[in-house]
Amino acid sequence: MVSGKPRYLIFLGCVIPYRLSSYEISARRVLSALGVELVEMPEYNCCGFPIDPVNHDTAVLLAARNLCRAEMEQLNILTLCNGCFSSLHKVNKMLREDKEERERINEYLKILDMEFRGTIEVKHLVHVLSEDVGFKKIKDSIKRPLSMLRVAQHPGCHIIRPKKVVGKDDPENPRLLKDLIGLTGAKCISYRGENECCGNPIIGVNEDIPFKMAKEKLDHIIAAGAEALITVCPFCHIMFDLNQPRIERIFNVSIGLPTLHYTQLLGLAMGFQPQELALDELRVKPTALLRKVFKENSSQKSS
Amino acid sequence: MAESAQIIRAEEIDPKFKYVVSKMHGAEKVTLCFQCGTCTAECPVSRFSDLYKPKRIARMVQLGLKDKILRDKHLWLCTTCYTCVDHCPQDVEIANVVRVLRNISIQYTESMPLVYRELAENLMKTGFVYVIPESRIKRREELGLPPLPKTNPGEILKIFELTGLSSLIKGSQTFERVE
Repeated sequence: MVSGKPRYLIFLGCVIPYRLSSYEISARRVLSALGVELVEMPEYNCCGFPIDPVNHDTAVLLAARNLCRAEMEQLNILTLCNGCFSSLHKVNKMLREDKEERERINEYLKILDMEFRGTIEVKHLVHVLSEDVGFKKIKDSIKRPLSMLRVAQHPGCHIIRPKKVVGKDDPENPRLLKDLIGLTGAKCISYRGENECCGNPIIGVNEDIPFKMAKEKLDHIIAAGAEALITVCPFCHIMFDLNQPRIERIFNVSIGLPTLHYTQLLGLAMGFQPQELALDELRVKPTALLRKVFKENSSQKSS
Repeated sequence: MAESAQIIRAEEIDPKFKYVVSKMHGAEKVTLCFQCGTCTAECPVSRFSDLYKPKRIARMVQLGLKDKILRDKHLWLCTTCYTCVDHCPQDVEIANVVRVLRNISIQYTESMPLVYRELAENLMKTGFVYVIPESRIKRREELGLPPLPKTNPGEILKIFELTGLSSLIKGSQTFERVE
């Protein structure tokens, strides 16, 4: 894959087709424009992540089944979701490195006529952008620099931790998403607790704690002066965008912080129109932000 | 502000419990916890909960308080952010210890949070943890998205039967909220 067009199986997971097509639309748009070829992942299933707390072996087998399907296609997997990345990458790494576990799981997989061989890689969107497309190509694709914007990053947990499993970024000072944001021309400001959790995974059993966690993050982001928050995980995005009006109601505050998928921010910088990036699907409308982007760009052109 | 003293009776203790737990993948090092409290100081959930304290969970396993910890619903408050895993000086993968305890707890108490039973049932039926409505699938075409690949629920059911999860779901009670 050194030369030629990067080709990936796109692993959508469950939550993106269920309720977050804005992420999928914008991701397909920018990846295609950057020369990444996406192949639909045939007969996939849930990555296993949500079921791990209930039964670990089931979660491992669900991940392994997906990995085996990808091995049949002889293509690496690209995930848009941090949870899918975490589950598939972790199981891929574990089964490659732990011979005993691989033999045990392969014994199970016989019932599906499958065998894990460990021949493919699993990457999250941010890894494909930084490692396969490369910063230079992304930078060259920028037609509408977003230098008028101050934004904040929320990388989310599962593309940075645990460090010994993921290993591609510094969990104490995550840089990868920040650097990718920088390529769009937007200023990615620092704030307290950038690497902290959004709280979403426990929302099904307790709402108070996750909303307090998200509110605390939003407070820090607003205090630092960000005009938008940038995410790369559907669960984090739901927490900060879809649930933001609820957080406002619970704490009786007004926040109004637009939360964009990174692919929407990049797409804007690449010159796509807001509707091509499904920006109209966001719960917190980025109206003021878009006005700023288009006003400044048109004044640049006319001057 | 002192907590009321809790008396632990000898008959409550299962001295072998820590060995059962530490045989499970991810919980191998639970006996190495020396209660420094790094996990708890940095846990974002512990910041907002007086009852979810990871170091306490590790100690309860070490002490053999099997029944108490397996019935403790606060096990379900870990968000799996893995901050504790990264920072533990003894390399105890505390979030994975919690996952192991959740797995054992479901079998031991024959109960689980309702949300997990729903996710598991959806998964067993459709291959996804959410039932994606037909309207959503149709809308993909209008949005210019390729059709969603078909899943293979038959194979998912085989996996569920193999691991015993299908019967575990059927036999389990559920609870809704953990305060």
